[in-house]
Amino acid sequence: MTNMIEASGLVKRYKEVTALAGLDLVVPEGVVLGLLGPNGAGKTTAVSILSTLLEPDEGQAMVAGADVRKDPKAVRRLIGLSGQYAAVDEHLTGFENLDMIGRLYHLGKTKSRERARELLEVFDLTEAGDRPVKTYSGGMRRRLDLAGALVAKPPVLFLDEPSSGLDPRSRVDLWDTIRDLVKEGATLLLTTQYLEEADQLADDIVVIDHGHEIAHGTADELKTQVGGERIEVTVADVMHVTPAEEVLAAFAVGDIRIDHHSRGLTAPIAGGAPVLTQALRELDARGIVVQDVGLRRPTLDDVFLSLTGHVAEEEVESNGGRSKKPKEEELEEVSR
Amino acid sequence: MSQLMTALGDGAVVAKRNVIKIKRVPEILVFVLLSPIMFVLLFAFVFGGAIDVATGAPPEVYREFLIAGILAQTVIFGATFTGAGLADDMQKGIIDRFRSLPMARSAVLVGRTSSDVIYNGISVAIMALTGLLVGWAIRTSFLEAALGFGLLLLFAYAFSWVMAYVGLLVPSVEVINNASFMVIFPITFVSNAFVPLETLPAPLQTFAEWNPVSSLTQAVRELFGNIPPGAPEPTAWPLQNPIVYTLIWIIIIMVIFVPISIRQYRRAARR
Ligand SMILES: Nc1ncnc2c1ncn2[C@@H]1O[C@H](COP(=O)(O)OP(=O)(O)OP(=O)(O)O)[C@@H](O)[C@H]1O
Ligand SMILES: [Mg+2]
Repeated sequence: MTNMIEASGLVKRYKEVTALAGLDLVVPEGVVLGLLGPNGAGKTTAVSILSTLLEPDEGQAMVAGADVRKDPKAVRRLIGLSGQYAAVDEHLTGFENLDMIGRLYHLGKTKSRERARELLEVFDLTEAGDRPVKTYSGGMRRRLDLAGALVAKPPVLFLDEPSSGLDPRSRVDLWDTIRDLVKEGATLLLTTQYLEEADQLADDIVVIDHGHEIAHGTADELKTQVGGERIEVTVADVMHVTPAEEVLAAFAVGDIRIDHHSRGLTAPIAGGAPVLTQALRELDARGIVVQDVGLRRPTLDDVFLSLTGHVAEEEVESNGGRSKKPKEEELEEVSR
Repeated sequence: MSQLMTALGDGAVVAKRNVIKIKRVPEILVFVLLSPIMFVLLFAFVFGGAIDVATGAPPEVYREFLIAGILAQTVIFGATFTGAGLADDMQKGIIDRFRSLPMARSAVLVGRTSSDVIYNGISVAIMALTGLLVGWAIRTSFLEAALGFGLLLLFAYAFSWVMAYVGLLVPSVEVINNASFMVIFPITFVSNAFVPLETLPAPLQTFAEWNPVSSLTQAVRELFGNIPPGAPEPTAWPLQNPIVYTLIWIIIIMVIFVPISIRQYRRAARR
């Protein structure tokens, strides 16, 4: 199996920050690599370098057999990029945007048009296809931008947070589309904040922080690395979240994470099922109605938080409470 | 397909995109057109009586003298659009999208400068019509007049490469607009566009004589037959040979700004 992406020692410095501090990445053909990391970790910078938008200060990178520095044009012929922020032309229609991209990949007039219609269909934009993008919602723009990356059916794809701003349905559709592409042999580098997404799609995961790798492996390997079992409880009433937290605090061996929207609480425990039973009894005694409960292995979220723990800790301290962190994350998700 | 054909093809694709924008946002045109009309009316009727283009000439003579100057000024202002358009594309990340595509490096700039010729063409046409209403007339042959308009648009095209460079350098539409005014006001006002050169103080007069805006204006005035009767013969070489001198400037501008703009485009994202 040949490597479609191969980067070594990538360094990119800005005046005050080092965005990449010697990053190595290897993605074999047909593999999906998930690049994970907290805000400012250097994900976009890495994608920009590999897609020839940015020149690294140090290091080499080969994409689809071409050197990004020496032969960027050859690289561009073989890649599709969808950046973190949708880059679509407001005044053109969705169709015109895709048609233009096809023409610029030199697909020819007929082929470009066909492909544009095809992709509008795939991304559920057929109806809106002939309206100016100005009239699109954020998620529609996002989908159009993703379609733009696929116009030339490139063998290597870079998707920078592809599902940010998508509703769950579109997200699941996108995952299906991505799986189909990979089945056809595409190689994909995907950055994401949704760890579930990496779990679903990525064969291989690299977690970076401060511009370098801090963990590498499959989702399972990373989860095992973090270890520990957890109780996950969903309470029926939002008013019960705080009392439930008090109950679980007695059993927890670490920070309890709370998702207020889904009324979910996650507490790391030691002791397995007996502890779970005990906790349930306690919850019941306090009149807390439990909607869903389980004893679970760590998710990638846990991996992420434990690996990039220093970020979490800083935020926890500055917020003066241990349960604040997940809330913060949620807000970010919403505002993005 | 040869490389040049590809480059031209890509440029055409980008130009088409910009033209679609002109169609979809006609409001922009309104402002493009209003300001030159306003200038014609202001100068013709406010300053017209105060500025003597030839001893004892009536105000109509000034109006005729004025139109060539305003046409020159209009195409120079038109170039601001090129800069603003590119800055806008940079801000919206569209340039990043283009830069990830296997298209010719020149295409975005070639496309932008070419489509802006349309803006310039339209504003020149509207200006000419306004001019006709206030008493301007072309007193030469069709061919000479066509040559006059051609020279205006050619200069506009060259100058839009200057603004393209500025637009990529300062990728913010607001800054572009302000920066352009700082360049455009001196070069259009310290010239023969609105006043006869003889009225300027000596150092400014020398600058104005060698200013390509003056030679462009002079060339257009000659080609339209709008040199006021009894106006003194120009003494500086650029104004004695305004067409040649303007063409030399067009070539110089293109030779310098086409390559440096394209270079700036390549590193555009490295802000
Ligand atoms: N043009 C720039 N000038 C200065 N600093 C920059 C520039 N671009 C990025 N940085 C810095 O480089 C670091 C990495 O940025 P990058 O955009 O790669 O992060 P990211 O992992 O994509 O973050 P996010 O999850 O928020 O998108 C950040 O600290 C950022 O502030
Ligand atoms: Mg990013």
